[in-house]
Amino acid sequence: MKTEHEIKMWTPFTILMCGLMGVGGLILLVRLFKGLGAVTNLNDRFPWGLWIGIDVLGGVAMAAGGFLIAGAVYILNMKKYRPIVRASILNAFFGYLLAATAITLDIGLPWNIWHPIFMWQIHSIMWVVAIHVVLYTSTLATESSPMFFEKLGMEKAANFIHKIIVPVVLFGVLLSTLHQSSLGAVYLIVPKKLSPFWYNSQFPWLFLISAVMMGLSMVSLETILSEKFFKHKADMGILSGLARGVLITGVIYFAAKLWFLFQGPGFAAVFNGSMEANMYLLEMVISVVGPILLLSMKNVRENVKSLLFVDILVISGVLLNRLNVSIFGVYRDQAATGFSYFPSWMEFVVTLAFISFSIVGFKVCVKYLRVFPETETQH
Amino acid sequence: MAKSVLIDLTRCIGCRGCQIACKEWNERSVKPTTMTGNFTNPTELNSECYTRIKFVEQEKQALPVWNFVKDQCLHCKNPACASVCPVEALKKTEAGPVTYNFSRCIGCRYCMLACPFYIPKYEWEKAVPWVRKCTFCSDRIAAGLVPACVKVCPTNTMLFGEYDEILKEANKRLTDSPGKYVSHIYGKDEAGGTSWLYISPVPFESLGFNMNVPTTKLPDLTWAYISKIPAVIGVVLTAGVISWAITRRNENMGKEE
Repeated sequence: MKTEHEIKMWTPFTILMCGLMGVGGLILLVRLFKGLGAVTNLNDRFPWGLWIGIDVLGGVAMAAGGFLIAGAVYILNMKKYRPIVRASILNAFFGYLLAATAITLDIGLPWNIWHPIFMWQIHSIMWVVAIHVVLYTSTLATESSPMFFEKLGMEKAANFIHKIIVPVVLFGVLLSTLHQSSLGAVYLIVPKKLSPFWYNSQFPWLFLISAVMMGLSMVSLETILSEKFFKHKADMGILSGLARGVLITGVIYFAAKLWFLFQGPGFAAVFNGSMEANMYLLEMVISVVGPILLLSMKNVRENVKSLLFVDILVISGVLLNRLNVSIFGVYRDQAATGFSYFPSWMEFVVTLAFISFSIVGFKVCVKYLRVFPETETQH
Repeated sequence: MAKSVLIDLTRCIGCRGCQIACKEWNERSVKPTTMTGNFTNPTELNSECYTRIKFVEQEKQALPVWNFVKDQCLHCKNPACASVCPVEALKKTEAGPVTYNFSRCIGCRYCMLACPFYIPKYEWEKAVPWVRKCTFCSDRIAAGLVPACVKVCPTNTMLFGEYDEILKEANKRLTDSPGKYVSHIYGKDEAGGTSWLYISPVPFESLGFNMNVPTTKLPDLTWAYISKIPAVIGVVLTAGVISWAITRRNENMGKEE
């Protein structure tokens, strides 16, 4: 692995991302002083938009790799994945920071964000979601804290975290299982607004399964990219193991999706040419059918470039699923005379700024902290 | 002892007195509107307008017929908006109204997504926005008065009273003059039942009522998930501890060999 001086901080891409963060920050200032209406195209018929769809629902799904790899290493004792466990947890931490910051700025009264902690309403999925965000972000902070303690020379604190890591990781696995599925459960209350292509009384569990696919693909993508940019050695054993995980989860997800389709609108409806049907078809091809077909080929599973392609397919496919549920699936019911929704350029910029924040934050951590300690000692 | 209102659409003359009375009592201002070729104004409820009259022009035996439809929060008996609110800012009170407490609200707008009737509106243009909707004049009811819109109506289109009495009266009107009404009480089953009920001379769908509304209690849909959480906690923790113990034991056995 490169030492900290060898990772070049100010590449053109990083400068671009920092620029986006700057513009995004200014837009968020306008949002704070002038209200949501000044920067978003949200309206009374479309109360939730791009920020909820991508930043919150997508950000959380992208973070699923953290609990999966931590669980695999610390609970199932799969030593093979130890080299990527810190990176996965850190990635999840940034995913949750992204989601938590985005939801804080998306709600109308950000300074009241703490209310759910004290004002309990256990019948509300949103309350369940809020408590999970708080608890799991703290859990991820605890799980990733040894890296920071090491840097600060606080060996005792790092050792203490190491002693309690197994229960902490188990707690994280529990919270993630509930949080990923409860984000789907948010939509249980809209049986008529959400298109039957996505609505099903059991569909919270689909959110969990697709988050597992997405999380494993994110870890795989980041392992491949880290090799390229941070010159850390990616182990082919790890990558093909992750690919197998994506394949198995993908098959389960596909079967569940087909079963729900059969229970709901039926197979023929997929080809009826409606906007919902087309979006469903596109999502299915990108998120499951394509990846399953590709990963079932041995030469794909053993080729880094092909795996990278599959990872990107799965990630964009699951993101599309979140957009389908949050925007396209409810669009027909929500649209009315004078009410439509397409995100404003400022909503796009803020979303890109949040993603940039996660990437740059991750990069800074890799540069200054020991994110890949295992491979480091091997060299 | 939940209060209720029956709206008899055969009686409304479209004077919009209720619309004005509502604005005055609730101290609402106006949002500028434009001509749309229709008398309905505004075209949708908004954060400054809790109730309005929809003007629906139809044809009956080649003659134009007007119907006037009062539009406001239906104050569901089991409101989706209140059940999804994470901080109990929206609440179904025993007196009947679904009330809003700004001091608890975080502005997540889940109520707006959850409401099958698209009733809660938001102050998008404000830096400190409120969720706005009909209050059922809960302050007036608490003081022993009738809601402002009911009070001002010149034709007694609205009948205010106890839910059971109101439902009985609705059924009575339908059976007493079957030719006058379509045989449906809107709000009896919609969204699991609402505190405001409608009876109409023409089919409700022709008046723009949302017929695509579930008839089950909406909060049950999410409770089906939430009530499973303790079981999920048990399963995940048990499975986690067992698999941790097994993998640990396997490793230790490997070392001894």
